[in-house]
Amino acid sequence: MIMFKNMFQNAKFRLILAFLLPVVFIAALVWFFVQKGTFGVLEGNFPPVEKIFFERVVFEPEKITLGVLNDGPESVKISQLIVNDVVWRFKMEPSNELKPLERAKINLYYPWVEGDPLAFKLVSANGVAFEKEVDVSFLSPVLDSKYIKTFVLLGLYVGVIPVLLGLLWFPFLRRLRGGAYMFLLSLTVGLLVFLGFDALAEAIELIGEVPSTFNGVGLLVIGFLLAIFALGVVTYKTQHIGESKGEHVKSLLWAYLIAFGIGLHNLGEGLAIGSAYAIGEATLGATLVIGFMAHNLTEGIAIVSPLTKTLLGRSKIVMHLLVMGILAGAPTIIGSLIGGFAYSPILAILFLAIGVGAIFDVSFDILHYMYRKNEKGLFTPVNVLGFLAGLMIMYGTGFLVLG
Amino acid sequence: MKKISLILLTLMLFTGCGQVAEEVTGQESHPHEEGVSADHGHADEAAGDSHEDMSLAEHAQNLAQFAIGPNGEYETNDFDALEFLTTWNFNNLAEDERAKFYKETALDDGTLLREYWFNVEEVTIEVAPGVYYPAWSYNGQVPGPTIRATEGDTIKIHFKNNASKPHTVHFHGYHSSSQDGTGGEEEDKIMLPGESRDYEFKAEPFGSHVYHCHSYPVSQHIAKGLYGAYIVDPKVDTRPKADKEFVMVMNGFDTDFDGANDFYAVNTRAFAYNYQPIHVKKGELVRIQLSNMLEFDPINSFHLHANFFDEYPTGTKLDPENFTDTITMGQGERSILDIRFREEGMYMFHSHVSELAELGWTGMFMVE
Repeated sequence: MIMFKNMFQNAKFRLILAFLLPVVFIAALVWFFVQKGTFGVLEGNFPPVEKIFFERVVFEPEKITLGVLNDGPESVKISQLIVNDVVWRFKMEPSNELKPLERAKINLYYPWVEGDPLAFKLVSANGVAFEKEVDVSFLSPVLDSKYIKTFVLLGLYVGVIPVLLGLLWFPFLRRLRGGAYMFLLSLTVGLLVFLGFDALAEAIELIGEVPSTFNGVGLLVIGFLLAIFALGVVTYKTQHIGESKGEHVKSLLWAYLIAFGIGLHNLGEGLAIGSAYAIGEATLGATLVIGFMAHNLTEGIAIVSPLTKTLLGRSKIVMHLLVMGILAGAPTIIGSLIGGFAYSPILAILFLAIGVGAIFDVSFDILHYMYRKNEKGLFTPVNVLGFLAGLMIMYGTGFLVLG
Repeated sequence: MKKISLILLTLMLFTGCGQVAEEVTGQESHPHEEGVSADHGHADEAAGDSHEDMSLAEHAQNLAQFAIGPNGEYETNDFDALEFLTTWNFNNLAEDERAKFYKETALDDGTLLREYWFNVEEVTIEVAPGVYYPAWSYNGQVPGPTIRATEGDTIKIHFKNNASKPHTVHFHGYHSSSQDGTGGEEEDKIMLPGESRDYEFKAEPFGSHVYHCHSYPVSQHIAKGLYGAYIVDPKVDTRPKADKEFVMVMNGFDTDFDGANDFYAVNTRAFAYNYQPIHVKKGELVRIQLSNMLEFDPINSFHLHANFFDEYPTGTKLDPENFTDTITMGQGERSILDIRFREEGMYMFHSHVSELAELGWTGMFMVE
C-alpha cells in the first residue's frame, strides 16, 4: 500500500499513467466493437467494395503470370479468369482468396502472340470484374549476364560519362572572372530547376500506377520533404565550416550537394529508362544514348560551376571531381538495373520525389547565397540571362533524347 | 594524373558508345505502351497440370485445348442443370410438394385446367463456377419453371410478387389484352411488392413458347432472370414420337452490371453440360425445345457437331422447315429441334457465335 502511494506521487509514473490510460480505454472500446458490433450505427446492406490492382504482367513462352494486389478494404475471391473474351483456366498462388493488401500470382498457360494486345478480366465470386489491358505482348526480359551488362553500360554511358565530360569544362570555367561567376551560378540554378520540374512531372505521372492504398501523393510529398529536411540538416551542420574555413570550402560542399541531388534525379531517370526498355517502350538506339549524353553533359556543368571559387590544388580537385561525377552518374546504373528487373512504381515515386527535393533545396541554397552576395539584388540582367540560358540548354538538349 | 584520366575517359567514351549501340539496336522497337511493368520471368510453379513436363513444341500445340475453360467446379447444387432439361409442370417434385405449385383439373370438354403458383423471389444463383449473381426469379430458379400444356387446355397462373420491385408475367401465346402482363389496362396492372393476381388464358397455338416479366425496364427484368419456357403440345400430333425431350433456354448474365454479359449458358450454368454431359442413345429421337432469352446480345445461335437436325421454327407447324446443323436466333425466338445421333461418341453442342461459346454456352452430348 505504501509502495503504491509512493508510486503515485512519483511525477514520472504519473506521466506514464496519463499517457497509458486513454490507450487502455481505446483498446477496450475497439475490442468491444470487434466483439459486439457497433449497435447498428454503421451497419448497412452495402454491396462489397472490391478492388484489385495489377502490379505486373510477365510473359514467358506460352505462359503468362499476373501479379495482383488486393487494393481494397474487403477480401476478394477470384473465381474465374477471362482472356480476350475466353474463359481460361489458371492457378492462383497462394490462394484464390485475397485479404486486403495481400498479393498473389496468377499463372496461366496461354498461346500469346508477339505484338498482339491482350485483355485480362478477373471475375470475383460476387461477379465483379477487374480488367487489365496489355497493349503489346512480348517476352519479358530475363535476369542474365547479357542484360546486366547492357544496363551497366547503359548507366555508364548515359550517366557517369556525360557528367564527367561536363566536368572537363572546369579549367575553362575557372578562368572566367567577375560577373561570370554569378552568371554561372544562375545558369546552374536554371539547369537544376528544369531538372527538378522534369522529375516532378514524372513522379506525378507515376501516381496513377501506385495502388491507391500506398498513396502515391503521400509518397511524393514524403520523398520531397525528406530530401529537403535531410539536406537542410546537412547544410545547417556544415554552416560553420563555411564561416570558419572560408567560401571555397562551402562551394565544394555545394558541388557535392548538387552532385547528390543530380544523382538522385538520375536514379529516377535510370528507373524510367530501365523499365521502359524492359517493357519495350523504348528503343535504346544510338540516338537515345547520344541524346542523353548531351542532356546530362550540362549536369556536369551544373556541378562544377560553384567550384570555380575553390582554392584547392589540382590533383585534389580532380579527385573531388571524379567522386562527384560518380556520385551524380552512377545512380543511373543502379536505377536502370532496378527499373529493368524489379520495377516498383512505389520506389520510383519515392526516389524521384527525393531527387526533386534535393534539387530544389540546393537551388534555393544557391539563390540564397546569390541574394546575400549581391547588393543589387537577385534579379540582375546577368542573373536572369544565366537562369534563362540554363533552362533553354536543358530544353534544347531534350530534343536530342529521342526514343 | 589529370591527363591520364582525360585519356581514359575519351577511350571509354568511344568504345562504350559503340558497344551500347551495338547491344541494343538489335532489339525490336515496339509501339508505345501504357501502364505495364514487366518483371523478369521466373520458371514459376506451373498452372498445375500433367502437361507440365511436355516439351515446348507439344506444349504449344496442345496447350490451349487443356488450358481453356472454366476454373474449378460449381460450389452449390441448388439448381440441377441436368434435371431442368426434363422438368415441366414441376414433375421433379414429390407429390405433396408438387401440389403446392401445380394442379390439374379435368374439364367437361375433355381439356385440362392447369393451375400454377408462381412467386417472384429474389435469389442468389451460381452462374459460373464460384461466381454468384443476384437474380430475380420465378419460384427461386432461373430459368423459371417450365410450363407444359396440350393445345386447348386452360392455363391459370396464381401470381404473387414476393420481391421488392413491381413484377408481372407475360406469355407468348394467344391471350386477351387483360392477361398481357404489361400494365396497359386497368385490369392488367403491374403487381407491386406483396400484390397478387391470376392470369388466365387458353394454351394456344401449339408450339414452343416463352414467358417473361414485362415490368419496366423490360431489358433489366429479363436480364435478371425472370423468364421461362412455355410448351404447348398439338392436340393432334403427327410428328414422329420423341424418345427424349429436353428444354433448353439460352441465356447469359451480366455479373458486373456494365450492360454486357460476362457469362453465357444454356439453362443458366456456364459450361454445365461440359461438367455433366447429356446422355442419349444412338438412333433415338432427341427433341429439343430451344428458346433464346439472352439479353444485350442481338444474336445467339445453336450448333451441333457431326449431326444434323430437323428444325420446327417456333414449333408451330407439324412439319419441319429446315434441316441443318446451325441455326441463328434473335431475342425471344424459339424452335423445336429433332436430332437422331448416327454414331456413339461425344458430340459438342454450342453457340456458333464463338465468343458466347467460349464464355460458357457450350456443352456435350454423350451418345451411347
